Amino acid sequence: MTIGRFGKYGGQYVPEIVMPVLKELETAYASYKNDKAFQAEVKRYLCEYAGRPTMLYYAEKLTRHYDRAKIYLKREDLLHTGAHKINNALGQAILAKCMGKQRIVAETGAGQHGVACATVAALFGFECHVFMGAADVERQKLNVFRMKLLGAKVIPVTSGTGTLKDATSEAIRYWAANIEDTYYIIGSVVGPHPYPEMVRDFQSVIGQEIRKQIRQENGGRLDYLLACVGGGSNAMGTFYDFRNDRHIKKIGVEAAGRGNANGDHAKTLGEGRPGILHGAYSYLLQDNDGQVVEAYSISAGLDYPGVGPEHSYFKDAGVAQYVSVNDTEALAAFQRLSRIEGIIPAMESSHALAYLEKLMPQTKKDEVVVVCLSGRGDKDVQMVAKAMGEEII
Amino acid sequence: MTRLEMKLAKIKKAGKKGLFIYITAGAPDIKTTIDAVKAAEKAGADVIELGIPFSDPMADGPVIQAAAVTAIKNGMTVQKVLELVGEIRQFSDIPLIGMGYINNMLNYGFERFVREFKAAGMDGLILPDVPHEEAGDMRRICQEHEFHLIEFVTPGTNSSRMDKICASANGFVYCVSVNGVTGVRKIDYSPIHRVIEQARRFTDVPMAVGFGIGSAEAAREAADKADAVIVGSAVVKLLQEKDIRGAAQLIATIRQALDEGVK
Repeated sequence: MTIGRFGKYGGQYVPEIVMPVLKELETAYASYKNDKAFQAEVKRYLCEYAGRPTMLYYAEKLTRHYDRAKIYLKREDLLHTGAHKINNALGQAILAKCMGKQRIVAETGAGQHGVACATVAALFGFECHVFMGAADVERQKLNVFRMKLLGAKVIPVTSGTGTLKDATSEAIRYWAANIEDTYYIIGSVVGPHPYPEMVRDFQSVIGQEIRKQIRQENGGRLDYLLACVGGGSNAMGTFYDFRNDRHIKKIGVEAAGRGNANGDHAKTLGEGRPGILHGAYSYLLQDNDGQVVEAYSISAGLDYPGVGPEHSYFKDAGVAQYVSVNDTEALAAFQRLSRIEGIIPAMESSHALAYLEKLMPQTKKDEVVVVCLSGRGDKDVQMVAKAMGEEII
Repeated sequence: MTRLEMKLAKIKKAGKKGLFIYITAGAPDIKTTIDAVKAAEKAGADVIELGIPFSDPMADGPVIQAAAVTAIKNGMTVQKVLELVGEIRQFSDIPLIGMGYINNMLNYGFERFVREFKAAGMDGLILPDVPHEEAGDMRRICQEHEFHLIEFVTPGTNSSRMDKICASANGFVYCVSVNGVTGVRKIDYSPIHRVIEQARRFTDVPMAVGFGIGSAEAAREAADKADAVIVGSAVVKLLQEKDIRGAAQLIATIRQALDEGVK
């Protein structure tokens, strides 16, 4: 079967309980995807509520710092709620509304997707349940409180290892038990079909805007696209529109964490093997027995042991290449952009920025690099202070 | 006829209801699992579902999740489950159906898994994260090895998929009683009973109801329109505390209730 597959990756590996509702979602999305009124509503909220299009900013100071190719930043960090996650949350919430669902359920790691979901739930009047690993609830108190302010219920997950993968499993379990009136907004290009395709579609506005903006800005010359990869939604959103432009190098940056042992990194595409988690066949961090291994990164948004199935396909087919940078390099990039450009980036996006250290020396002055600045770093300030040896709270 | 089919035919002929007991392999340890299988058979279990522990069991509630965590922590692997099946076959001929998540089998090699587990004495597989539509190749491999791959129906399985699912049904059909995960709770069995009645129009394969059944009363209710009931979490919870006697008592009580219910 080829429905919902990217090459051999993807699929619908879910319990039979969930199948009818996936079919319902498939049908609904297939019809609304081409529905002009639906698309117009999504577009209106993206523009007037979330703040699209986002700027493509020529980072002159950063360019001068490396003194090679021109560097542009795609400013997803300027969106409402502070990251690209809102693109997907808005799209899916409007779909949920069209499907007549009453309740939103979501998983979250760092809390950015949870906040985006709580926001759209408030906006459209849904009840909202957000599952979050107990450790993350502790680490991301600020976002937990934001979700509560927005009226969402945050449920700490202690099952398994109590992290994002377990929060995702718990969200799916809750969904399975409340299938009739609940819509599950998955936060990345992961999960069973049609989620990877749907989330990609809602995020691909990033790449579409880049194409338009770079044409105006730089006559269309573009050589490199850089984005961080956890589940991979901002990277997919950045790359997708350029998937057939072979001359443009698309580089996804994974988190190399603190070492190469199992449990010390999140290099799913770099070190994983294909397997099945949360409904899709894709690269997966797993041990010799096929048990899923915990991912680690200083960035709570990247420590997921799976990755979107289309990225697995992109890797195998050579559409994109995937590299990694470690915690230390990402922390340095976090501070570098803050100092040089006056922009505090999210720790996730800092991984993409950190790869500039390796990439820039190989580039030429007339080349152009676009980095997806997927989110802003306000949420990370406390953690970064701690990593730098300062206690601020 | 396979060992499972013979057993289920025998139950039917006797006018009885089948009792399937789920036990997580290696939770809390291998010795407990072996003792539990012996005790369950003695107490009246007809089929053992042997849980193959996975790190991320999407269809399971807290009790079976915790059992999987314990088993993995205590060193349970697919290879060790294979050895355990061989050991069980030293003392019992009870049908053994593996229940696990597909990543472990893919990692092991699906064909190799089926071949080796069949040779060791396992009779089939239940894969809760492989719905009918994704099972194509696995179904073919299982058929080649005369190894059951169990199909599922749920209260939400609609008629457009029911016929396809029933056409592939073999061994028994796993009838999930309720939307949600495994674990004991009060359940209204009428929706799944309606689905069972529908499914019987497409297949003669026995119908086994599972999810939520933890007491004699619930078992009798669930068995009403079905051919068998599946009891998991209630037994696993006792076994986690190594309370084999308690588990045997529970199984015997359910056995008695099912037998009386038939009279």
